[in-house]
Amino acid sequence: MAHLLTMNGLLQLVAYFLILAIFYIPIGNYMANVFSGKTTVLSPIVKPIEKSIYNLLSINPEKGMNWREYAITLLAFSFAGFVLLYLILLFQGFLPFNPQKFAGLSPHLAFNTAVSFITNTNWQSYGGESTLSYFSQMAGLCTQNFVSAAVGLSVLIALIRGLNGVETSDIGNFWADVTRTNLYILLPLSLIVAILLGLSGVIQNFQNYLEITTLEGAKQTIAMGPVASQEAIKMLGTNGGGFFNVNSAHPFENPTPISNFIEVVSILLIPVALCQTYGVMVNDKKQGLAIIAAMVLIFAPLLIFCVTQEQAGNHVLTTLNIDQSVNSLQAGGNMEGKETRFGIVNSALWASATTAASNGSVNAMHDSFTPLGGLVPMVFMMFGEVIFGGVGSGLYGMLHFVIMTVFIAGLMVGRTPEYLGKKIQSYEMKMASLAVLVPSLFVLIGVSIALMTKAGQAGIFNNGAQGFSEVLYALTSAANNNGSAFAGLGANSPFYNTLLGVCMLAGRYWIIIPTLALAGSLAGKKHIPISAGTLPTHTPLFVGILIGVIILVGVLTYAPSLALGPVVEHLHMIKE
Amino acid sequence: MNNIAKTTLKSFGLMLIFTAILGGIYPMITSLLLEGFAKPQSIGSLIKAKDGSILGSSLIGQNFEKPKYLWGRLSATSTPYDAAASSGSNLGVNNPVLLENAKARIENLKKYKNDENTKIPVDLVTASGSGLDPEISPAAAYYQIPRIAKARGITGASVKAIIDKSTKKRTLNLLGESRVNVLEVNLRLDGKID
Repeated sequence: MAHLLTMNGLLQLVAYFLILAIFYIPIGNYMANVFSGKTTVLSPIVKPIEKSIYNLLSINPEKGMNWREYAITLLAFSFAGFVLLYLILLFQGFLPFNPQKFAGLSPHLAFNTAVSFITNTNWQSYGGESTLSYFSQMAGLCTQNFVSAAVGLSVLIALIRGLNGVETSDIGNFWADVTRTNLYILLPLSLIVAILLGLSGVIQNFQNYLEITTLEGAKQTIAMGPVASQEAIKMLGTNGGGFFNVNSAHPFENPTPISNFIEVVSILLIPVALCQTYGVMVNDKKQGLAIIAAMVLIFAPLLIFCVTQEQAGNHVLTTLNIDQSVNSLQAGGNMEGKETRFGIVNSALWASATTAASNGSVNAMHDSFTPLGGLVPMVFMMFGEVIFGGVGSGLYGMLHFVIMTVFIAGLMVGRTPEYLGKKIQSYEMKMASLAVLVPSLFVLIGVSIALMTKAGQAGIFNNGAQGFSEVLYALTSAANNNGSAFAGLGANSPFYNTLLGVCMLAGRYWIIIPTLALAGSLAGKKHIPISAGTLPTHTPLFVGILIGVIILVGVLTYAPSLALGPVVEHLHMIKE
Repeated sequence: MNNIAKTTLKSFGLMLIFTAILGGIYPMITSLLLEGFAKPQSIGSLIKAKDGSILGSSLIGQNFEKPKYLWGRLSATSTPYDAAASSGSNLGVNNPVLLENAKARIENLKKYKNDENTKIPVDLVTASGSGLDPEISPAAAYYQIPRIAKARGITGASVKAIIDKSTKKRTLNLLGESRVNVLEVNLRLDGKID
């Protein structure tokens, strides 16, 4: 193993976890203050803006909503986002900030892209620098990067209010939640990260694409754009939609090891800190620690496995006289689709973090990963995006698993299951099961449809098992709102744009609605005091069972398809 | 007006306000700040000749095929190093095209160096993720020293000195990988920059 995970590699990973640990408490506490409506350090600047928004739209931020009102408002708000983005994309040819004179998108691509960005998936069937104007990127995509992330966080806050509430129907005010999340959390953090990225070399301008003559005399056109501002929220909001086609592998989007570190930290910053936010808000920080422990214990081993698989290199190339070993002069390993400055460790770390969180950005091409290295990102998505997961959506997804675990454990010891003083009954279990199972349903049925139709087969790029993996990855990514791809798949066709669009919608709203229903049901219940019969939900034992439940559900659902894809491809590779 | 219509109207209103703040004011403020504090980076870290003309970007690789230049990573863009349409190869490990591409690059390298024993560094025979990778590993750069020295009629030591000058170590000796900027090496070899 030592030659597959070097000391430097290990230290880079340790540095990563260390930075996240340092931010866990301050960012977590800050978000808890914002969500509880307390005055924060930014209030003097932001409060007046917030108030004038409410006044302008005659919103009463204090007025509570029951879960149905909350859900309807959320859906109406998302619908407005969809319509605006769809129109911007369709008519971008007539809109300003379009130096390259890009035409409007085809209706199916505009549909797919609009759905993709309102659902926080950020799947991209297009190449940014060859398709979208600066206006579409900023006013369209950048806005939705913020807003879709804020929607996810709002649902989480509503669920936490449900857990805290006692015999009430009030789970909060959606308008206030979404506005506060944007103005107090996402906007200031993005501004800081955008400036740091700009200093490290990420571009930010509105110039025409630059025409130059290369040293050997060829013409080269270099794409430009306001990248840093979009990059910051793309990482922080677990969005992942790149400004450029190759996302964060592009040197203008991610130029140095420093920018890479800032970006990959930004992927997990909010999802990790939310566990502390949760602990603070339910008045028991150990509950947050238990959840983060379960996440890290699943994440770390799979991450290290991914690094070692990529470092082991491509077995097929060993027939040539090629040096794939790691030494002081080169990163070695499977370098196809990877950038020199990132090497193996940072590419594998990114691939793991971006799929564990539902970010979906890439700094290396996952389609060219080794079969088992590429299995890791797929498995992270198949867990339902709950290992950190999307901002808000990851933690509320995890809480569905917690409720399942409480229920299963309760059955084992023969007591009424309860969580944080709330009885878990059949209604809660139904909602949790719906949220856990709906994405899998869309993945597996979607894969079958794609493989059985000519239109579906037409998109496949690599042959054999890898081709199967491309389709499996695409559907998994869409239905779990991740957005990364085995990008060989030619997905910009009416077939895939529509199929994946439907999966993204289902994977988003068919989880949000049960989550809000759960919040409403929990809010209406009495609070039962802790007794000797209460199963504690912060112990190592509980963390262990929780991990078991997550893995069991994931493996039972997907083991056959993983065997057909990455595993067969791996056997094929080592037999050469 | 009924409730749903009211909610929808408010939704569009709030979405427009967010578009103005988050999709307009925020990128504009970022642009202003970065133009003030990091102007060269914000417009693409361009390399200028002594006469002020633009030679390229230190972040965007260029295609090199002549023996007198250092060669970079393989590029999978439609024409190599197309910086208006970035792309990786997306070839799977078992894809025969991946092997063919590697073999073709090896043929090219062997044309100028008939040393069967030295193993070829892997990043010289594989395509980068972006198709625009400006850098290669020090191993891949050193491998090409004899060819460049011979084509230019200079010593290997002087080529190596230029390569070392264009090498960046890991940040803080920790993050990322050591790497050599291909365009900078070639501009130095041609005497166009210091």
